[in-house]
Amino acid sequence: MADARDLGTSPDEVQFRFRDDEPVDHGTVTVDAALEQTNANAVRIEPGDDARALLPFLDRLALVEINFPAFGDGRGYSAARILREAGYAGELRAVGDVLVDQLSHMRRCGFDSFAPDRRLDHEDAKRAFATWNNVYQSAADARRTIAEKRRET
Amino acid sequence: MYRYDLYDQQMVDARVAEFRDQARRRLEGKLTEDQFKPLRLMNGLYLQLHAYMLRVAIPYGTLSSRQMEALADIADKYDRGYGHFTTRQNIQYNWIRLEDAADALEDLSKVEMHAIQTSGNCIRNISSDHFAGAAHDEVADPRPYAELLRQWSSFHPEFTYLPRKFKIAVIASEKDRAAMRLHDIGIRIVSRDGELGAQFYVGGGMGRTPMIAPLVRDFVPLDQLVTYAEACLRVYNRYGRRDNKYKARIKILVHELGAEEYTRQVEEEFAHLLSVGVEPPREELARIAAFFADPPFAEGARVIDRSDPDFALWVDRNTHRHKHDAYVSAVISLKPVGGIPGDATSEQMRLVARLARDYSFDELRVMHTQNLLLPHVAIADLPALWAELDAAGLGSPNMDTIEDIIACPGLDYCSLANARSIPLAQRISERFAATGRTGELGELKLKISGCINACGHHHAGHIGILGVDKKGTENYQLSLGGSEAEDVALARITGPGFDEDGVIAAVEKVTDVYLAAREQGERFLDTYRRIGMEPFKEALYG
Repeated sequence: MADARDLGTSPDEVQFRFRDDEPVDHGTVTVDAALEQTNANAVRIEPGDDARALLPFLDRLALVEINFPAFGDGRGYSAARILREAGYAGELRAVGDVLVDQLSHMRRCGFDSFAPDRRLDHEDAKRAFATWNNVYQSAADARRTIAEKRRET
Repeated sequence: MYRYDLYDQQMVDARVAEFRDQARRRLEGKLTEDQFKPLRLMNGLYLQLHAYMLRVAIPYGTLSSRQMEALADIADKYDRGYGHFTTRQNIQYNWIRLEDAADALEDLSKVEMHAIQTSGNCIRNISSDHFAGAAHDEVADPRPYAELLRQWSSFHPEFTYLPRKFKIAVIASEKDRAAMRLHDIGIRIVSRDGELGAQFYVGGGMGRTPMIAPLVRDFVPLDQLVTYAEACLRVYNRYGRRDNKYKARIKILVHELGAEEYTRQVEEEFAHLLSVGVEPPREELARIAAFFADPPFAEGARVIDRSDPDFALWVDRNTHRHKHDAYVSAVISLKPVGGIPGDATSEQMRLVARLARDYSFDELRVMHTQNLLLPHVAIADLPALWAELDAAGLGSPNMDTIEDIIACPGLDYCSLANARSIPLAQRISERFAATGRTGELGELKLKISGCINACGHHHAGHIGILGVDKKGTENYQLSLGGSEAEDVALARITGPGFDEDGVIAAVEKVTDVYLAAREQGERFLDTYRRIGMEPFKEALYG
């Protein structure tokens, strides 16, 4: 198992953050380690991990990183929503192969900070976050859906 | 027909703008081809053998005349004056320039169309029964449910990077005219004790590992339809295989877990999602359904003069019983003898659009058999309609006959193909038209794929042909006994393959076996099922 210090992104590596609280200032541990260490408050989820294993400990977590080793592996989107659906309110950080065109969907799935391997063009990213004025599905961001808006007008 | 409101239009417009931006970043070198590829694919843009191919979504195969005319205009403006209708009720243009792609998408958006999610590892365009809303035997029009799912699946934030592509079909009758159980999810709307609900079949598919979808849920209440679909997808997104592209479809997951265990996991997720609340409000389904109200049918003649034998043959073969007895649905064959299955010129598209306006309440359909359909034609109008079709070379009376061949684009266009499909389809239809056997053979579905990916549905053909590469030459495997209908079955390979001439002769031989062995009223498939493979093998290899 990797040492905790080897894991995780530092606050300096976070390019976009949609929270006002102080970021966690230390590294994350693996899901397996988090299950054993009762004091761990920062965890990193790999694509093969079951996010639901963390549900009994959500209250003590302040940072969950979800790693995207390759942008095409979409398991992290489900992991994010599962945590938010279970009431996780801490920071949810997308790390790894995070590209401009994934940002808007990641936001919808509950990610509120982003630490891409390669820094993204700021203007492109700003545009990407604002891609969708409206949304069809209900998701972790609690935006009102198009169907709900139709009902109100 | 469904019409966009401001929201739907905004979504499509936003997507066109997003794609323009992506194309710009690709040109500026900010995106590598590897990074650009999944983005262009999610906008229907493939790189094929000779050029880019643009696949345009035709949701549940339904089109207005105006939309068909726009498709014709795109064929003229950006392609070479024709398009190719596909087995998933879409249209493909084979000669698109990358520089023009965003403009083509913008033209589409002006007629409430798009190419969103027609490729890529996401939920693809949703298909349906081509007779939806017209058939005499459906419990409901399946299209409102398909439209509800279209909106749910469009830009779904969680399911845009699935292990592999994902195809959904929705039908609403016992008869299956959409190959429902050969989809990743097949939904059949059923009526039980006067209440409508949805059967979910999950894990079907063709490709290199064909499988028939098992029933996962017998009755999903319609106000939980989206939630159940979301549960099916989430289990797949989390646990579908990602280590091997060829084992990444949901059919492999369902097969490896077993239908029972997959179902258990879905039910668990479903219960959870019900508590989260992801279903659109009930009123949304009612709002959508209102768009699919019947057109104003009128009473009229139920019988017509059949003294012209060519006309009578076309009526018998190419029309389908309608729920209103003064109407029929009329199939416009895109399978002229010697033609390219599914191809239509811009001129033909415009003609069909006008005929839909004149004779079918402005509505037309694309069939998964690569034909077009006027869903609501007054029986009294059939002679006039047929005369126009016949004059334009669109009157081939061959629906569901051996001339009505499904064929993938094959090695003439496709970068995945191992063999050509189109010339084979052309030669087979010519052969049977020449020998005059087409009519005698009755219903006989022949399907040709140019590679193992099975876009030509060869696994589901009464007679299937698969083109393979054998030491650098094209070789064709013959299979028998498949069906995509309610009697769904996977075809079995007869034995060693043939060269192009050989496989045409082989098809003739198996039809000879059928004609000699058939009993009263039997279709080819029925005879095959009764007598088994042996007599056919004997004739082919004995």
